[in-house]
Amino acid sequence: MRILIMGCGRVGATLASMMANEGHDVTIMDISSAAFVRLGRDFPGANVIGDGTDEIVLRRAGIAEMDCFIAVTNGDNRNILAAQIAKNTFHVPRVICRIYDPKRQETYAELGLDSICPTVVSAQLIRNAILDPDKGTISAAQSLAEGRSVPLKGQQEAATPAQGTTNRQ
Amino acid sequence: MYIIVGGGGQVGYYLAQGLIEQGHEVALLDKDPRRTEQLKKELGASIIRGDACEAQVLEEIGCARAEIVIAVTGDDEDNLVICQVAKTRFHVPQTIARVNNPRNEALFRELGIDLIVSPTQSILHSIELQIPHHTLVPLVSLTRAGLSLVELTVPSRSPAAGRTIRELELPSSANIVLIERGAEPLTPSGDTELQEEDHLFALVTADGERSLRERILTEAGAS
Repeated sequence: MRILIMGCGRVGATLASMMANEGHDVTIMDISSAAFVRLGRDFPGANVIGDGTDEIVLRRAGIAEMDCFIAVTNGDNRNILAAQIAKNTFHVPRVICRIYDPKRQETYAELGLDSICPTVVSAQLIRNAILDPDKGTISAAQSLAEGRSVPLKGQQEAATPAQGTTNRQ
Repeated sequence: MYIIVGGGGQVGYYLAQGLIEQGHEVALLDKDPRRTEQLKKELGASIIRGDACEAQVLEEIGCARAEIVIAVTGDDEDNLVICQVAKTRFHVPQTIARVNNPRNEALFRELGIDLIVSPTQSILHSIELQIPHHTLVPLVSLTRAGLSLVELTVPSRSPAAGRTIRELELPSSANIVLIERGAEPLTPSGDTELQEEDHLFALVTADGERSLRERILTEAGAS
């Protein structure tokens, strides 16, 4: 899959490395070249410096050929604008963005824009960890996240669902 | 009329002031507490501190009864979200956005913003007006009809000079509606013969604009 990620913060960089290591063709963009330090030296993908809310920069990053566009900068509105450019102007088949504000996410869900709201997701995960620790609500993403904080036991558990995802693609 | 303005910069401030003078009920929103304090001293109760992108803030100020929401912050992404939230959640009939990057204009229109104001584009047009040589200057965009009113001057050596409008065989998508010859306005007909230095005003679609350029602005003899 050809994937373009906008925003090389913690989430963007983690996602880029994760997907590139799974064999996808990843390009990551950020307005600051310093952000690419987070990728580490062995990152196999490409990086582009520039503002992902500008059509011309997106075109230079190869958006027209991408299968997927992901907007994960720190600004909800920047992500929303970039995602809509990707979707409406470049017709990228799969577009997803991060929106911290749950109400804003609701509005954009109504408008047909796919998004992840970390506010709701983290609140739910924390609640489950405390109130329903044994329930089967733990997703692959959560076990992976837990695997990072508890490397010894967690990482092995996490390996299975993550590989399962790769094989399906 | 109840009008909500998002963004208390220079544009937002003068806009709110003008609207209040015209007798409208205005709410001007800005995120910055220092800026809102400053604005409050001048415009009083119309100034509200808050993020116009947040549905809750808009709800508190009664966005559902607003007839117009105008987003004039310095950031295109904020202006887009303010208008989309107002439109989708509160069904505001008229949304107006300021666009700084002219390339966002088409997208904003496609996403349902009712009116798009682009200062960058306006300045570019004004500059073109100052240099009218061989150019076609867009004056007004009639976005719903997909038409633009453009101005052009018949250059010397234009293939159109000395020919009638009928002879130009312009498509119906390019209509010359007025000719300014010297200080005289002329209403054109098919028999009107164009002269060098005539100022033409035409209603065109994108295709019509191309035909108009080809037949009037290309130099005679040029391939």
